[in-house]
Amino acid sequence: MSRPGFVLEVDDRTPPLVVHEGQGFRLEEFPLGTRVIYPPESVPTVPDVEAAIREALLNPVDSEPLPALLRPGMRLTIAFDDLSLPLPSMRKPDIRQRIIEQVLTLAAEAGVDDVELIAANALHRRMTDAELKHIVGERVFRSFHPQGLLTNHDAEDHDNLLHVGLTDKGEDVEINRRAAESDLLVYVNVNLVSMDGGHKSVPIGLASYKSLRHHHNARTMVRSHSFMDHKASHLHHSAWRMGRLLKDHLKVFQIETTLDNNVFPSPYDFLMKREWEWSVKDQASMLAARRGLAMAPRRLRHKMFHDIRSPYGLTGINAGDTEAVHERTLAAVHQQQLVEVQGQSDVLVMGVPYLGPYNVNSTMNPILATCVGLGYLFNSYLGQPVVRRGGAVILYHPLNEGFNQLHHPSYVDFYEEVLAESTDPVVVGEKYEEQFAHDPWYIHLYRTSHAYHGVHPFYMWYWAAHAMDHVDEVIWVGGDRRVASRLGFRAATTLADALEMASGTVGSSPSITYLHNPPHLLADVRGGD
Amino acid sequence: MMLALEMFRSLPRHAAGRVVGGRMPGVLSGFAAPLRLMTIDEPRVDRPGWARLRTRLSGICGSDLGALSGRTSLYFSAVVSMPFVPGHEVVAELVDDCEDLPAGTRVVVDPVLTCAARGVDPCEACAMGATNRCSRITVGHLAPGLQTGFCKDTGGGWGQQLAAHRSQLHVVPEGYSDEQAILIEPVACAVHTALAARVGENDRVLVSGAGSVGLFTTLALRNLTPAGEITVVAKHAHQRELALELGATEVVAPGEVLRRVRRTTGAFQVKPEFGSPYLLGGVDVAIDAVGSKQSLETALHATRAGARVVLSGMPAGADLSAAWFRELEVVGSYASAQREPRAGDRSAFDLATELVAADPVVRLAKTVASYPLHRWREALDHAHSAGRLGTVKVAFDPRSSR
Repeated sequence: MSRPGFVLEVDDRTPPLVVHEGQGFRLEEFPLGTRVIYPPESVPTVPDVEAAIREALLNPVDSEPLPALLRPGMRLTIAFDDLSLPLPSMRKPDIRQRIIEQVLTLAAEAGVDDVELIAANALHRRMTDAELKHIVGERVFRSFHPQGLLTNHDAEDHDNLLHVGLTDKGEDVEINRRAAESDLLVYVNVNLVSMDGGHKSVPIGLASYKSLRHHHNARTMVRSHSFMDHKASHLHHSAWRMGRLLKDHLKVFQIETTLDNNVFPSPYDFLMKREWEWSVKDQASMLAARRGLAMAPRRLRHKMFHDIRSPYGLTGINAGDTEAVHERTLAAVHQQQLVEVQGQSDVLVMGVPYLGPYNVNSTMNPILATCVGLGYLFNSYLGQPVVRRGGAVILYHPLNEGFNQLHHPSYVDFYEEVLAESTDPVVVGEKYEEQFAHDPWYIHLYRTSHAYHGVHPFYMWYWAAHAMDHVDEVIWVGGDRRVASRLGFRAATTLADALEMASGTVGSSPSITYLHNPPHLLADVRGGD
Repeated sequence: MMLALEMFRSLPRHAAGRVVGGRMPGVLSGFAAPLRLMTIDEPRVDRPGWARLRTRLSGICGSDLGALSGRTSLYFSAVVSMPFVPGHEVVAELVDDCEDLPAGTRVVVDPVLTCAARGVDPCEACAMGATNRCSRITVGHLAPGLQTGFCKDTGGGWGQQLAAHRSQLHVVPEGYSDEQAILIEPVACAVHTALAARVGENDRVLVSGAGSVGLFTTLALRNLTPAGEITVVAKHAHQRELALELGATEVVAPGEVLRRVRRTTGAFQVKPEFGSPYLLGGVDVAIDAVGSKQSLETALHATRAGARVVLSGMPAGADLSAAWFRELEVVGSYASAQREPRAGDRSAFDLATELVAADPVVRLAKTVASYPLHRWREALDHAHSAGRLGTVKVAFDPRSSR
């Protein structure tokens, strides 16, 4: 029986607590009275995954069974989430592989010959062959990839994009032509957090910049409270409008999966446990990990973390109509991640781990660290932010990993040029976004190399727009001072220093909440602003 | 008799300067410089149109430092006459009447020793007013010398007196300080560079270097050409501020320049094996205002095919593959001309005299650091490190004794 998440109040018996900080973690002693939000333990998983997949395909929600939608001579496209999900990557076999294999089996039984698979990477980098193979599995990869039937979505291949129409708000809906012109589009999703899935899958994952710019902008993001609640997120409102328009043109069979909180395999599994419950083995693992990380050169530390493959369990799978499926998905995600929190605090403390959606097999550059901290972690709430308006956010990350020139070439220019001029998401977006979006060199690298699209760093910055607007102070503990300054923030050596620095904003005895994440949690904040 | 700094022929010092002068300028101003403080006879040229001048201020130019450190190409050895008193950026007052100019008139010197100064019939270039291209700089009644400050007969600004021909003299307007006037010669060179760059309407221009040459070239580009964006490469904070004040659109650090030009021009970037990256595409005009290998290659690598690279600093050896492959037009820019055809045949000095009246230049002139001749080692040290020390121009004041 798994235990729910809970809020701990630090007292004199509370041991030092794990705080993630990039490729490492520290044990931090929090001030007495600090609230610590722990995620729920992993909920029970599906005992027979293959059977659960089959059941979902044969008995979908608000849709005919998949076999009934398949017929000879039809065009079938299977799109799937890219390597930004889940985090860390899933231990083989990936759940997408297992679903796709069953969909393909049903298609073969129905005599469907025209099948293509597309990774819904939007403006993310093209995945390498090895990364594609990890997601779809050896058998599917070998059957489709050599023939060019398993591809990354190319948002700059204008011949292979289709402008489907405009929403009632005038938003362009332009997606992958093959997907749009298929008789059936099966979308295979991994729903790690409640932001994922629903109409965020097809209208965003298979879209072009022309379409994405309508919701991926500072003005929309700053009004999305939060991204984790599609009913309160302007970003999702836009995506939903697009999805409903698409529904009139395209039959989508949405398959969504939910995972448990089993993020860290042994010997890192102590990171998922509550510190006062660490066994002798856990403590030994923790000490070994700390000593090893302290001694390891940066490259080895990077490998130690990025080689982690999580032993996730499947907690649910639903298929059928996108919106109906997504409601069930959200219920499962909430069951796994929701923690009820009473009221807001003056200070929110979060550790930024080594991994975010956009640095899989890459480096967590300062812009991505900001996105993870002020974007994803800050937005892990329903109702109200965990920190009050005008409060302070304290983040842990060294901000020293630099930039990966292969994956993030436009990030370097964004950091050196754009942030040097302004850190205001609205200002930088208005002045520079179009330039970066249409830069032919970035487009070339996005299409032919493994680079994120030129506009991508802007999106990362927009993710943080709501947090930047909401709080008055952002301080990075252990962060490189020059980097923090370029980002428009401040750096402190210790938590005590950070609290001292924040005292001008929140006073000398602020209420503090620490989000003990990962594993993922979603704070259901009651009361507040 | 007068006090003057004299550059003399010394093979060991030349070699020492060449080996270590560039990296350790302290060595250069310590014992290795082929320079000495001497009491010598005042220079005198007893020919019509010549007069004696008493130096008020004389700047230290990059070409002077290059000569002292042995970094200057031996190509120039044929057009100088040793020993000579350096100093070609000069503001002085006439000791004698000089044709229409009475004694006491404050003047700046156009240092090029043209046919007129040498008393020979005008060569083709001089006849056209392109006096900086004079082909008679080794003949006539003067010893060889491309400029005042490189000729043993005329003396130079690093002495208490020098001699100059009427054709070289430009009267300093009332109200100009000596420090302002000392900038007229380098600004005139910058005017010539800016005009030689043949900048088109709204062209993107890269100025590689933000020493005095780069900064004044930026000023001239902004005021005399229809340049669009001007990107200046600067190492130091004060250079960044000055470049913006003088007309730069943006200023970038040396390590950022290729990336920034690539982004603003939409160029593609490639990286050769064992080499630094370069652009396919880039700016319309690049100006090397340093003269180092790195700076010149930056200019060559950031310029679009078929475009123009202007050599404003005294050039160093560099990989010219880009000039061939990208069909770049490589243009030299030396000193200044008495008639600039791209500025209505006006003299570069006249244009420069107007430009130094601008407020940013007036403020800049207040930062000119001057030294008496006997503190020449400190002055050279300062000039070598001017960028780092926040100075644009270091000068000698031979009148001063402290």
